[in-house]
Amino acid sequence: METALFYIFALLTLASGLLVILSRNPITSAMFLVITIAFLAGLFVLLHAFFLAAVQILVYAGAVMVLFLFVIMLLDLRAEERRRFNAFGIAAGMIGIVSLGYVLVSTIVKTRPGVGVTATLEGATVPLGKVLFTNYLLPFEIVSVLLLVAMVGVILLSKRDLR
Amino acid sequence: MMHPGLEHYLIVSAALFSVGLLGVIVRRNLLVMYMSLELMLNAANLALVSFSRFNNDLDGQIMVFFIITVAAAEVAVGLALIVALYRKKQTAHVEDLTTLRY
Repeated sequence: METALFYIFALLTLASGLLVILSRNPITSAMFLVITIAFLAGLFVLLHAFFLAAVQILVYAGAVMVLFLFVIMLLDLRAEERRRFNAFGIAAGMIGIVSLGYVLVSTIVKTRPGVGVTATLEGATVPLGKVLFTNYLLPFEIVSVLLLVAMVGVILLSKRDLR
Repeated sequence: MMHPGLEHYLIVSAALFSVGLLGVIVRRNLLVMYMSLELMLNAANLALVSFSRFNNDLDGQIMVFFIITVAAAEVAVGLALIVALYRKKQTAHVEDLTTLRY
């Protein structure tokens, strides 16, 4: 059951990831990105990271994608559908990612990082919260300041005149 | 079908990262490039969560938690920049943004 679910989620994640970059319409891309993120959350559940799966759905598929769709609707992007893909860019991109994919996959296959390790961690929320609020308290606070700074920066950027 | 081990998850993560990189290279629309960046971040998250699970160490999940937070901040700032740019240049296409080239 778990094995079958892994293969289904992995295939659907990759397929919808490809459709994100292949669809002409940015709204279609955004919708496929939501699907990709949902299936990634499924993979997180298979890895017993339940809290992160919930956060992934809430923050990415919820907040971030709403922001994306909002901006897409705000901008008039109908001209995008008339544009052609740049052949040189596609060739360069294919060469680039085929080499990158070869390097990554051959590294994984040759070093065999999975030998001798077993899936043992139970990613329950309580231990995660304990570690987050003890060992990682300072980074946690810094990240909250970062969010505040980002919020102030966004408000400043979206003012009509920056004087 | 083999039971999925660490390698399987890492290969999915590598493939997803490659797809995201292909999107950044091929697509010329700033918003779609941005979505491809999100794909790459998510691929890194998947690798971190699977390492965390298979090495019995919660630190990977903490890292993913921080990555999600920083990515949310990054998306907010980046989209505000794109909107500001669109207001000035009426385009969200990198090929039309040549001010620094000439």
